[in-house]
Formats: sequence, C-alpha cells, structure tokens
Amino acid sequence: MKKYDAIVIGAGHNGLTNGAYLAKAGLDVLVVERNAYIGGATVSRELHKDWIYSNCSYVCSLLRPEIARDLELPRHGLQVVPYGGSATLMKNGDHFGYYYDHERLHREMARFSQRDANAYERYLADVMKQTRLIRPYLMRRPPDPTSLKLRDLKDLVEFAGSFTALGEEGLADTLKFWTMSVGDFLEQYFETDVIKAHLAGSGIIGTALGVYSPGTAYVLLHHYMGDVDGNVGAWGFARGGMGAVSSALAKSYQSYGGEILCDADVDRILVRNGRAVGVALDNGDEYHAPVVVSNLDPKRTFLDVMDATDLPPDVVKKARNFKIRGSSGKLNIALDGLPTFRGVEKGGPLATGEMHLSDSLEVLERAYDDWKDGTWSKEPYVDMLIPSQIDPTMAPPGKHMMTVFVQYAPPKIKGREWTDEDKAGFERTVIDQIASYSPDFKDLILHCETRTPRELEAEVGLTEGNIFQGELTFDQLLFNRPFPGYAQYRGPVKGMYMCGSGTHPGGGVMSAPGANAAREILQDLKKDNTVPEGYADD
Amino acid sequence: MSRKQGDTMMLETPFHSRVALANELNLWEAWSGYTTPSAYFDVELEYFAVRSAAGVFDLSPMNKYRITGPDAGAFLNRLVTRDVGKIGVDRVGYTVWCDNAGQVMDDGTIFHLAENDYRLCAYARAMDWLSWSALGFDVSVVDESAEVAALAVQGPTSCSCLQSMGLDGLETLKPFGIAHFDFEGEDLMVSRTGFTGDLGYEVWIAPNKAETLWDKLFEAGKPYMIKPFGSQALELTRIETGFLQAGVDFVPAQETIRPGRSRSPFELGLGWLVDLNKPVFNGRQALIREQQIGSRYHFVILDVDGNKPAHNSFLFKGQQQVGTVTSAAWCPTAKSNVAFAQIETACGDIGDQLVAEIYYEKELHWTRVLAPCKVIDGAVFNPARRRMTPAVAY
Amino acid sequence: MTNYDVLVVGGGHNGLICAAYLARAGRKVMVLEANEQPGGAAASREFASGYTVSSCAHWLTQLSPQISKDLALERHGLQLAARDLDSIGLAPNGQHVTVTGSAVEGAALSEEDKLAYAEFHRKTIKFSRLLARAFAERPPKLVESNLTDRINLLKLGLGMKLLGKEDMSELLRLALINMYDVMEEHFDNETLKGLLSFDGVLGAHMGPRSPNTVFGYLYRRVGDVHGYNGPAVVKGGMGALGSAMADAARALGVEIRTASKVEKINLDQGRATGVTLNGGEVIGAKLVVSNADPVTTFEKLVGFRNVETGLVRRVSQIRMRSGVAKLHLALNGLPSFSGLTETQLGQRLVIAPTMDYIERAFNSSKYGESSTSPALDISIPSVHDSSLAPAGKHVLSAIVQYAPYDLGQGWDNHKEAFTQQLIETIGTYAPDIGERVVASELLTPVDLEREFHIKGGHWHHGEISLDQVMMMRPFPGATQYGTPVEGLYLCGAGTHPGGGVMGLAGRNAAREIIKRGGAA
Repeated sequence: MKKYDAIVIGAGHNGLTNGAYLAKAGLDVLVVERNAYIGGATVSRELHKDWIYSNCSYVCSLLRPEIARDLELPRHGLQVVPYGGSATLMKNGDHFGYYYDHERLHREMARFSQRDANAYERYLADVMKQTRLIRPYLMRRPPDPTSLKLRDLKDLVEFAGSFTALGEEGLADTLKFWTMSVGDFLEQYFETDVIKAHLAGSGIIGTALGVYSPGTAYVLLHHYMGDVDGNVGAWGFARGGMGAVSSALAKSYQSYGGEILCDADVDRILVRNGRAVGVALDNGDEYHAPVVVSNLDPKRTFLDVMDATDLPPDVVKKARNFKIRGSSGKLNIALDGLPTFRGVEKGGPLATGEMHLSDSLEVLERAYDDWKDGTWSKEPYVDMLIPSQIDPTMAPPGKHMMTVFVQYAPPKIKGREWTDEDKAGFERTVIDQIASYSPDFKDLILHCETRTPRELEAEVGLTEGNIFQGELTFDQLLFNRPFPGYAQYRGPVKGMYMCGSGTHPGGGVMSAPGANAAREILQDLKKDNTVPEGYADD
Repeated sequence: MSRKQGDTMMLETPFHSRVALANELNLWEAWSGYTTPSAYFDVELEYFAVRSAAGVFDLSPMNKYRITGPDAGAFLNRLVTRDVGKIGVDRVGYTVWCDNAGQVMDDGTIFHLAENDYRLCAYARAMDWLSWSALGFDVSVVDESAEVAALAVQGPTSCSCLQSMGLDGLETLKPFGIAHFDFEGEDLMVSRTGFTGDLGYEVWIAPNKAETLWDKLFEAGKPYMIKPFGSQALELTRIETGFLQAGVDFVPAQETIRPGRSRSPFELGLGWLVDLNKPVFNGRQALIREQQIGSRYHFVILDVDGNKPAHNSFLFKGQQQVGTVTSAAWCPTAKSNVAFAQIETACGDIGDQLVAEIYYEKELHWTRVLAPCKVIDGAVFNPARRRMTPAVAY
Repeated sequence: MTNYDVLVVGGGHNGLICAAYLARAGRKVMVLEANEQPGGAAASREFASGYTVSSCAHWLTQLSPQISKDLALERHGLQLAARDLDSIGLAPNGQHVTVTGSAVEGAALSEEDKLAYAEFHRKTIKFSRLLARAFAERPPKLVESNLTDRINLLKLGLGMKLLGKEDMSELLRLALINMYDVMEEHFDNETLKGLLSFDGVLGAHMGPRSPNTVFGYLYRRVGDVHGYNGPAVVKGGMGALGSAMADAARALGVEIRTASKVEKINLDQGRATGVTLNGGEVIGAKLVVSNADPVTTFEKLVGFRNVETGLVRRVSQIRMRSGVAKLHLALNGLPSFSGLTETQLGQRLVIAPTMDYIERAFNSSKYGESSTSPALDISIPSVHDSSLAPAGKHVLSAIVQYAPYDLGQGWDNHKEAFTQQLIETIGTYAPDIGERVVASELLTPVDLEREFHIKGGHWHHGEISLDQVMMMRPFPGATQYGTPVEGLYLCGAGTHPGGGVMGLAGRNAAREIIKRGGAA
C-alpha cells in the first residue's frame, strides 16, 4: 500500500486547507473523508431538485483573506458576495432594521432611542478595539504561557505587549469583554430591547449558553472577527453555497498534487512505539504516513479514533471534560416564491440579510432556559436568510432557497436521543414561528430539510452537533484551545496533529486552524513554510 | 415613484429645494446623514465670493444639542475644558471637550441663549456622552439638530446683506455675540460666528421658515454679490484662517480604535481653551499629568515653499521623520501654501525649518518634491474687519 | 471644630477594621455610622418581641484570623456559640447529605462520591489557599505596575507555578467554568451536587450553570483556609461581632459616632476635605475613607457631578442588583425536619436538593420574578444560643435565593405571599413549621438597601464574578483602595477581595493608606 508523507482525517474546510499547505510544501498528502462528498460542514447539496442548500454553515465572513488569496481560491471558483442589512421583526408589528448604511442605521436606531443610536458608535469602536487585539493572532499559533522555550517567550512578550499598550482602562475593558455576558455587555450601551436582542444573537450562535451567561460577550466578538474585502465585521454569501468554499479548497489542494479519498471512515489512528504511523479505516484498509492530522473535534479525536492506551491519561481526561455542546439546529427550505415578511419591504435592503424574530433579551434567555431543561426552545432564536435573492445559482429563477439557523436545540431531549417525532415537532415549532410573521410562508414551502443536533452529529461528525467543535468560552480559547499544553496543534503523540475548529482560533469557516497547523507541521519536518502571515494592521 | 424622506439613504436639509436649484454643478456629498453640496458653480469663485463679498453656507446638518435646567451651566462646565461661567448670556464660546484620558472628543461652540439655556454645536454626535455626563445634574439634554435650520453668511459684505434684509442694528453685534430679530413672526437668531475667519454671521431659524429665509437673504444680498458656497470652498477658508477640522486634523477620541491615535487639547494647539483652575471637568486629571510629563505631539502651521499643497506629507528635520501633515491648501487670498501638521514634540518651534515630502501629478507624471517649510506663528488670514464693531459697511 | 486625620464613612465591619488598623498606626480616626449600632451588615435585630437574629449574614465563615488576633476581638466580647458546623443538604426523600469539613456522609451516598468529595475538597482548598494569599494583599494594577505590584504578581504567579503545570491549568479552567459541569464531572448524588453548587452561587445573581460560579465556590472555601471547618454561629448574633469590632476599634483610640449619617463627602479643588452630616455639621479630615459601596460613594456622597464622566460610567456599570432576601421566623418550638435529629437542627441546613432546582429558582429572577421554589440556607441559631429567643422558643433565619431587587410587580405587593411560599417550601422538609411560626419577617433586597444603605441591597457591594474581582474591583483607577478623587479611599466590600465578613478589604485599605503615608 502506498505510503504518504501526511494523512489528514476529514475533508472539511480546515482539513483541506491543511492538506493544501502541506501539499504546497511538496509533501505527498492524502485527505480521507468519511462521507461520499467533501466539505464537512461547508457544503452545498442538492437535496431538492434544482435547489442548492448550504445545509450546514450558510454565510461567510471569517474565511481568512490571506488564505483565500494564497491558495488562489477565486481562481478555483470561490466568489464571496457581501449582503447588506438585516432585521428583527417584533411582536408588536414593528421591526428593527439593521441597515448597511451607517447613517440610515443611525436614523433607525434613533427611532427607538437617540441615545442608543449614538451609543452604537461607541459600541462599534469598542468592539473593533477588541477585534484588533485578536485579529493578528488568527493566523498565528497561540503563545504558550507555561512554556519556557525562547520562541514561546518571545511570542508571549509580544502578546502581553499588545495588551499593556491598552493602558489600565483599556485592558480592564478587554478582560471584561472576555468574561462578561453579552447581555450585560450590551446593557452598557443600549436601553432598547430590540436593539440589544438584535446584536446579542452573535453572542450565542453556536454556543450552549444564554445571553446572560458570562463569557458570551467573546462569542459576539468572534463573529466580528472576519471581514469581506477588508470590511471588518461584514458578512457575505459564497456564490453557489458554502460548498463553493470547500470545492475551491479541494481544487487548490489537488492542484498541488494532493489526493482525496471519500467514503473512507477512519476507525483509528495507528500508533507504533509512541509515534503516529497512519490510519486504519473501518473497512480494514490501512494508510501509512509519519504525519497524521486530525480535523475531527477533540472528543472524536482522542476518545474515538485514538486508543486511550496510546495517550497520556491527562489528555483522555481533558478530552472528556472538553466542553462541546449541541445547541443549534437548521431548517433548509425550498420556496416557491419570495415570502412576505410583515412590515418589511419585499426584496428590500433588510430582507436580503439575516432576519431574526427574538425582540428582547428575555425572549433569547428564555429560549436558553428551554435548552437547559432538555428541550428545544418554544420560541427559538432564528437566523434566517434567503441567499437566492443575491445568488442566482441557489434556486431556479423566481424560486427561492431559505436557510434557517435555529437555536436552541439540545443534543438530547430530556436525557434521551432525539426521535423522528421530536424532529417533526422541532420543525413545526420553527415553521409556525416564522409563519406568524409571514402569512404566505407556509404555502410557499416546497421542501424542507430539518437538521437537529442528531443529524449534525451523524452526518457531519460534529460531536453533539456543536458547530464550533467546542465552546468558544475563555477557558477553551487561545492557549487553552483545545487544552492547555496542547494548543499549538501538536498532539500528545509524536507525528500526530490537530487542525480542526477545536484548535485556535476556533470555529466558523475561517480555515485559520488548518493553515496554522500546517505551519507547525512543516516546522517540525524542517520544511520551508508555505503558510502566509496575517495582513498587518487590519 | 416617489420616495419619502427617511426611506432614502440621505436626508435633505430644510433649505434643500433652494440649495438644489443653486447647485449648478450638481455635486453633492454626505454630511451627517444629509445631502449637502460640495460645490455650487466653481470652487474658486465661491471662495472669492466669501473673501471679497458674501458667501452662504447651509450648516443645518450640524449636530445641535439644547441644554436646559438649573444645572445647565454647571453641567457644561464639567463637560468642556474652558470656564463656561465666562460665556455670558447672548454670547458664544468655542471650546473642546475631552474624555477621562484628556483626549479631545470633539470641538464645537456653546451658545448661551438665556439663563440656564444653552445650545451646544458639535461635529460628532454626542447624545451618549452627554447623557452619561448628565447623571447627577438637574439638566435636560435634547438633540435639536433637525429642529433648527441654519445658514452661515460670511464675508466682508455679510453684515450689509443681512441689514438690507431688515436686520437693523446688526452692525453693533460684537464678535461671538447673539442677537434676535423678528422674521415673519418667527424668531431669527443671529450670531456673529463662523468658520471662515472673516466678518461673518450664522443665522438660525425654524425649519418651516428656511426656504423663505433663503429667498429673502439672496434677494437682499444681490447688490452685495451674495453667493452660495459648498464644502470645498469652506475647506480653503478654514485652512487659511487656521481652524481645525474634527475628523481631519484630529480623530475624535471615542472613534479611535488603535491606542495612541487620539490627541489632547495641548497637542492640538488648543491649550488656551483649557482652564485647569476649574475644580473638576472631564480630562482635568489627565491634562494636569500631561502638563507635568509633557505632550507627545504638538500642532503647527507651516508655510510651505512652492505652490503644491502638502497633502498627506511626511515631514522631516534633516534625515529624521518628525511628523505628518493633516490639512493642506494653497490659500488664494494670503498667497501662501499652508499646511497643518502634527509634530513630535522635540521640534517645531516657531521659525523652525522642516522639509515636506510632496507628491503631485501633472498629466499622469508624478513628481516628488522635498519642499522646505517654516513653522509660522498663527494663521495667514486674519483681517482686522473680523474683529471690528460696528461691522464695516459696504 | 476638631480635625481628624481620617474619617471613615460607615461603621460596617470593614470600616471598623480599617479604622482600627489606622488608629493602631497612630492616626486620629473617627467612624461615622448612620445607624444606631455600629457593625453595618454585621448586625442583630429583634424582629419580634424577644426574638433576635442576625439581620444580614448569619454565619461566620470567613473572618480573617489575623484580624481577630490583631484586634483582639475575643477580648472585646466576641464569642462563638458554635463552630465548625456541618452543612446538611436536605433531600425531599429524607436521604440528606452531610458535609463535615473534608468529609461527606449520607445514606444515599456512594463510596465513589465520598472519595471523590475528599479529593475535590483537597484540590479546591489548594486553590483557595492561593486565593486567600492574594486576598490578603492589595491587587496588583493591570498595567503600570510598580515594584510592590510586580512582587505580588510574581508571588501569585509563583504560587500558581508551584501548583504544578497540571494543577495550574486546572485552576485556570476551573476559575472560568460553571459549578454544574464541575459537579457532573465529579459526583453522582444529586443532593450533594445541589449542596456544593449552592456554595458557588450564594449571594450571587447566577445559577449553577453560569460560568464563573466555580470561582464563587473557591471564594467560599477561602473560609476553610481561614480556619473555619464549617460555619460558626456568633453568640448574640452577628451584631455581637459588630460590637466587638467597635469596642476593639475604640480601644485603639477610634472615635465612633453612631446615628450620624454622612450626607456628603466634601471636596475642595477636587480633593476630599471631610464630610457633611445630614444635620449640616461639617467635619474636616486629611483623608476620607468610604466603607459605603462604590456606587453610593460616588453617586450620593461625592456626587456624580463632582467627578469625571468616565468614572460615572464605570461606577454606574458595576453590577449590584441583589437576588437575595432574608427570612426570619419566630418559632414557638423547634420544628421537626424529617430525617434530622434535634442536634442536627443547629447545623447549616440547605434546601437546594438538585442543581436543576437551583437553576430553575434562578431562572425566575432573571425576569424579575421571585423563585417559585427558592433555594434556602437555613440557620436556627437559638439551638446554640438561648439568649436569642424566650425559653423553649426558637428563631430561624434563612438566606433566600432568588428574590430579585427589581421585582416586576414590586415587593410591597408580593412580600406577604412570598413569605408564605417560603414557609411552605420549608414545610416540605419540616411539615410542622407552619404551626410553629409565631412571627415572621422578610427582608427583601429593597429592605436591605434601605436598612444598610447598600445600593441594590447587594451583600458583596457588587456581584462577585470574574469581571468584577481582583484587579477589576471595583473599577480601574480605584483597584488599590485609592480613588481618582484625591484624599478619598474605599475600604468596603466593593473593593478587593469583596464581602462575606472577611474583613480583608478594610485591613488592606488601611495598610495601603499607611504605606502611602496617608494622613501621616
């Protein structure tokens, strides 16, 4: 059997990115993928004839521009189109329009509160201050505060330096940002419920925490970390659905000579004499390489495809304690036409972006209370978009594709597995909720794919259906991601590496973990680095 | 298809119908959410209208806050750096206000309208900061930006224009004074203020009378060669007369994202606006500290050799880069090539010689010039008529 | 007019301690207390004729032994009626769980849980020891640290390093996460998990699922490091502690004026010069130290208008809304709790049978509602101290969570119903409680605010959560007891390390003032 220089487990966007950089450095690389198709959670699938569903991740902002450019993703077919505006529909019939244009947004906020409208400028500046601190570290390995190696110490001094430059007040703000709840954080700026609710959504997406749980302010920050063409915090659609991202990455990877093997479910990582030597598939096939990179989440990696006997006991314990909780579900809907949303101009600037239906922090927090109780939210937070208004490839002309991210949905219902009835009930809850703001919505539904954490775990392989491969709370960020002591992409076994969203800088379709891991691998192999540095002063 | 105001990206000022008619070039730009003219017919001719006769500028988009209540004066005194107690009723004062770190958040003017009644005009929106600042004071702060229409009438014949519109006795109004007149049953407030450094007035009126005011003013001003002028001409006049522009010559502190990019009043040459003898005001403690340890930067006005404006230039002293230009213009009246700059504190005394690195293009040919320049003491345009009362008549 | 070196505004325990240390260092100090008795929240009240309880905190669990010694509190009358008490987690089925220091017992408890608890206790004490060390010093500044700060930081860092790499990363992890997860990692028994996680949220506006609550637990365990192998009961109620501290302070030369409410702190050119009492009397001093919470200090006493806006914003943003009420019952005899012996009634009784129970109780308070099934920390001090009630009678005191400060319907309309509900909740475990009650009193956060002049009625003078502790407490610019107002210091629970009748805030503040040569 052919021997490779490196094997990457999982053809998600990070696995492909990692493979691409290793192949670019001249390594012979194999990416193995369990499913029949590549992409992991970054896929476009035709589940209803002529409709393309981005049925997992659905919008794009975090993808590092350094990587997109360096791996020539545009040449390989990727185009990200920004969308403007979003809205929260309110129970009283009004709505809050989050206009793309700053002045119009100001006027809209002022309609609720003059003070909020002006405080938004302070809010934005403060959020940008914090993202500026983190953004330079997206394309770098995190410093290790416990290490005494020169390189680590240098990193650490530089890291500390950028924080002390903030001064006492600034640093206090940063620490608060990392430890406080998004609800408390927003209350420092705004008095209007719907404005707080609209902004708070970013603080809970993908997280099994509520808007009043300490630590969620950082999650909000994470969603501001990206940019579209240098427009920090902006979001866009990948033309052709999110599968365009993985497809471009795959083409780039293959252009460097990389191989992809689909329908290849890894049973375990082979370890001999304390070294990773390859993988064994569940059909018994073995593939060998001195470097094995896992794009799986830390729980799958250490509790599933690795043998406890091959691992130091602390790693098993840390993997077990690693927080990775399913909190969300998804509805992908084929529509016969564009639905009407009460009060919002059809096809207007607000309807092309995200639409939300939770108009106060209390509604959001109550949705979380349901999750804690082991059931899906009675009144869930939805983040719904109709990308076919901007991207003509998603649905036939005049028809539309709607993607609805839904939170909260627990990994288990009252301690037991999801059943099909549960799934149907979940679907009903969401559709009824949307229909109460859109009278013609139900009649337009041609097909609906509903995904609970059960499907996300079973199909994509995300433990508990957690979209970030692990909670983005401070105890699992930077040098703590996935675990302290193992945050520089190297696993506990020689030759074994991690490159998934469970590593720094975390989830979202960012590709930074895959690229950063490749840099470390190439360093260990004493190969020339192929991974770009982050852009300066971004 | 018709569009409603508010449904569109940009708002229109109360003078819009008249401004649009006068805007022969149809050149527009955004200012604080409003559509405003960059130029009406020709920047240079507009500029000279202001300098030799009278120019009219629509300043309605300016942020205006009405501050009333028993503590209004005390509130403002804690807010801004200068002693507000020294601004009497019917007087206007230019000032800056700072954050806790003594960094300038904005500059603007305080109009003392009546006892316990003030208007604060600001470049940036300030409702958030004003609301926080109001805690502990018996004061009401209301954004009246949309409720007050305003025109600047500037230049040597400005007083005559307004007089001929019926504002009798206006000539006795002192600089920074306020007077009230009846205008078709509405109160017309006139202040002897402006951004051009010349004799000039600003007139304030309820929006429903705005169009009539414009019409009457231009009719009355006709013999005095009154013309409208846009933001580009205004930019020339304010540089010529040494006025800073927020957002250009400094970034309002609350908008800075990178540490160290904001400036203190001392660093902007506005130390004269800071009264450290007041027991408490925002930034006081930090400014006292800055006085002890010294400033990081200071503001200079440069007279640059040649006639190429030193836009965005780096400044050198010998081989060493010592600062950057924030505003630059060839000033047609003073016949000077002026630049404002931020200089590292070690150099930049009056009379110091520096070098500006200027790039300019003629027919796609780029030239790099190392232009000598000199730090000068004050603005190049400062006519006596600006200060004279009664105002000079034409 | 007599001039003092230092005026301490508020005669709570931290104020008295601060004053005592300053007097010991030769300063002429006067403490001004609004209430009739010194002691602040360390107070007792006769809420019904012949029945006395501790008004606020009812256990002594954290008081620094160094302070007891330095102030010779025993010599000044401090007596413990009982100490090292058990904490008993009540289970509805009577299978209670009893924690005695490092051991846990209970009929339904597995051997694994017992062993796991011993190990858990060992580990948490190790971490709390580190906290205790940091609590006894002023917190270092976040930046611009001077030598003392660097040494303190180094000591803290060294302490963490000495834990070993494993424990160090475990501490970092634990401090950030929630009790719920940690309990699930360690234990099976629901009542044990409920009992322990309640310690993590006691006095806080958080539930077991809220991140940071392990920090709350470690915070409680600092008491163990201070030598409390379980809660202690002060003879005569906590008011006796307040009196002992006042006597100790007086013995060191501190003058204490009670019934003297400070109306404002006087300033001259931005410098604190003394205070004005509500009668109009002006007292001058070189320094003013405020034992009031930071919001009250700056909003009411100094006046927001006399400080810069940035400070106003910082202070206004301190989270100080309490979710804790206090229930006092006068009983005509000892109630019988199912599954408990009479001697066990003197222990700390906790009604928090599962973590979900607490979490649900917390849910209501997030929306301005009181808990339908509240969690309770119950003390029947009269078991140990017969002076608190007439012969044969008893008093019961309970800390009630959650009872939000901003109750949607307003407390006036709800107090009676909630009291009834609390008695019923206790009745689930002590069926005869209803017939035993002869008088009752409920102190809501609003009452506590009025009674003790604490904004929001928050015992800790501000939520103890990671964004409001250590070098973040109470706000940047005042983390080392000095404030942006020259001549004004803080010494209350709103400063590092926080409340809980520990006394360290007062002591640290005094040491800082002495170190800076204040009022010398």
